Amino acid sequence: MAKFKHFLVAAPYYLWIGLFVILPIGLIFIYSFHDLNGHFTLNNYLNFFKNQTYLLMAFNSLCFAIIITFISLIVAYPIAWIISKFQNSRDFLILLVIMPMWINLLLKTYAFIGIFSRNGTLNNLLASLGLGRHQFLFTDIAFILVAVYDQLPFMILPIYNSVITINHSLINASFDLGASKTQTFWRIIVPLTLPGIKSGVQAIFIPSLSLFMITRLIGGNRVITLGTAIEEHFLSTMNWGMGSTIGVILIIAMILIMLLTKESK
Amino acid sequence: MTGKTIVELKNINVIIDDLQILKNISFELETGKFYTMLGPSGSGKTTILKVIAGFSQPTSGEVFFNGKKINQLPPNKRKINTIFQDYALFPNLNLFENVAFGLRLQHKHNSEISDRVSQILDLVQLNGLEKRSVEELSGGQRQRVAIARSLVLNPKMLLLDEPLSALDAKLRKKMQYELRNLQQRLGITFLFITHDQEEALAMSDFIFVINNGEILQSGTPVDIYDEPINHFVADFIGQSNIIDGTMVRDFVVKFVGKTFECSDAGMRHNEPVEVVLRPEDLDITEVKKGKLTVKVKSQIFRGDYYEIIAYDEDHNKWLIQSTNPVKDGAIVGINFDPEDIHVMRFGEKEQEFDARLETYED
Ligand SMILES: Nc1ncnc2c1ncn2[C@@H]1O[C@H](COP(=O)(O)OP(=O)(O)O)[C@@H](O)[C@H]1O
Ligand SMILES: [Mg+2]
Repeated sequence: MAKFKHFLVAAPYYLWIGLFVILPIGLIFIYSFHDLNGHFTLNNYLNFFKNQTYLLMAFNSLCFAIIITFISLIVAYPIAWIISKFQNSRDFLILLVIMPMWINLLLKTYAFIGIFSRNGTLNNLLASLGLGRHQFLFTDIAFILVAVYDQLPFMILPIYNSVITINHSLINASFDLGASKTQTFWRIIVPLTLPGIKSGVQAIFIPSLSLFMITRLIGGNRVITLGTAIEEHFLSTMNWGMGSTIGVILIIAMILIMLLTKESK
Repeated sequence: MTGKTIVELKNINVIIDDLQILKNISFELETGKFYTMLGPSGSGKTTILKVIAGFSQPTSGEVFFNGKKINQLPPNKRKINTIFQDYALFPNLNLFENVAFGLRLQHKHNSEISDRVSQILDLVQLNGLEKRSVEELSGGQRQRVAIARSLVLNPKMLLLDEPLSALDAKLRKKMQYELRNLQQRLGITFLFITHDQEEALAMSDFIFVINNGEILQSGTPVDIYDEPINHFVADFIGQSNIIDGTMVRDFVVKFVGKTFECSDAGMRHNEPVEVVLRPEDLDITEVKKGKLTVKVKSQIFRGDYYEIIAYDEDHNKWLIQSTNPVKDGAIVGINFDPEDIHVMRFGEKEQEFDARLETYED
């Protein structure tokens, strides 16, 4: 009886998970084994691993995700550290970090188009300084920059949260035992903030593997990553089977990364 | 070894946000001695340690180590180690690596590191626990790890910030002996902080009593106990009866309407003073044999004595230790010797106090 009651209360959640999590993943899985005519096939997977383009895309996605995550990390770490030093105003500063997350990604992306375009803010500034106009939009660098900008809060927040829990006497103890600032950083501070670093890396690396909107709008109308490839298969070539196959491979990659960065406890 | 000055503070002031946290602190510490900084919470004890260790810069004043001024020397370059109030063990390292931390920084060979660490773990009786996470250790064990982590570096001086205050009473007693023992065996200078006067009296060669950022009195435990400089020190160290009185002339003091012979001198005639009588120096006797008459209010059995609370005719409260119980409400006499009376002047500073004592003591 109690079990039944429990089930009734939980039912909406099970329904939700079933309809919007399990079912779609299941569908993707099933689609991935079908060809354009709806017949069962393994060719999608064989294609993925035989076809140079897909492997190159996978490699590209991986490289971009690594670069984006790495840059986010080295930008976010000092920001989190500096914010934690402002005893009185750090809550407000963290709010400033969070605020851009409330703005729709598409809007922010369009703002960057305004900044980077041929007649945009950046080029106007350069031109007025006599440095001429340059191509920024549709470059890899612009793509990486916007991706980092967009996801930075997801790196700053977990690192900040682990920085503020560090007991300051540990840092003093490290100095006391003869450590320099650099040694204290690598031997004490980094290990103690590792949980924050791991969460930040997860939160950025995994979504970065399948970015497509920023890739399209800022990186140019090129199919360069797995994210853009999925979009292309579903919306342009209507090859849902191949799109799903790439999706399944991405999901497996994500699970692997989660397992690798899991808290070892 | 002893006798040589290792650390000297000269006119140290620390001011934070317009708040004077340390007021003109000056003292010298000699090698191989056990010093205690005794004062209530918030009196500035930790701040003094931080100035010596280098975590805090004094607003003015000088810090010397082995005769060299070290104000500008960062903490990692000072041959002084600190045992922090919360031990500050590194949670990311196991017991062995915590102790080895300082040696690893010096890029010692692995064999030397394991030799020195195991030697020091023998000393603090922690061998066999090398692989333990420091979070699995008990309070007493953590404390020993903190001590081992410092001692393995052969410091010239150890600063200990209330290392025993987190331990339960029994372990605390045991660690008091162990620390004192360790200090005497190694012959290094300890500056030990506590707010517990019993602990200070039991462990130290020399005590500094501090309150509100000021050193009120310094001396051996016996000196401070027998001749507290003022009301605060008398009250803070041991139990005491502090009664208002008048110094009639040298060696004669008047309180509770009677005059008594005493062993203090050097004050103005008829100067208002405070008189200290320790509860263990008072004896209960018949009314006609007593120097004072009091009425017993209550008593508590303390194991090896009764602690009696009584009031005299001027409504002064008297704390008396007696081996025998008395009846509640009984009128009894109390007796004491002239040497048991200690007279304190109002507002006398340590230097004046010491100078006055010089004039009549031998
Ligand atoms: N960084 C600081 N900023 C402001 N006040 C401080 C600071 N450090 C200590 N204090 C104040 O100085 C006084 C002495 O502190 P402390 O040396 O820690 O005392 P103790 O160790 O004797 O308890 C306290 O009133 C404390 O609030
Ligand atoms: Mg303190």
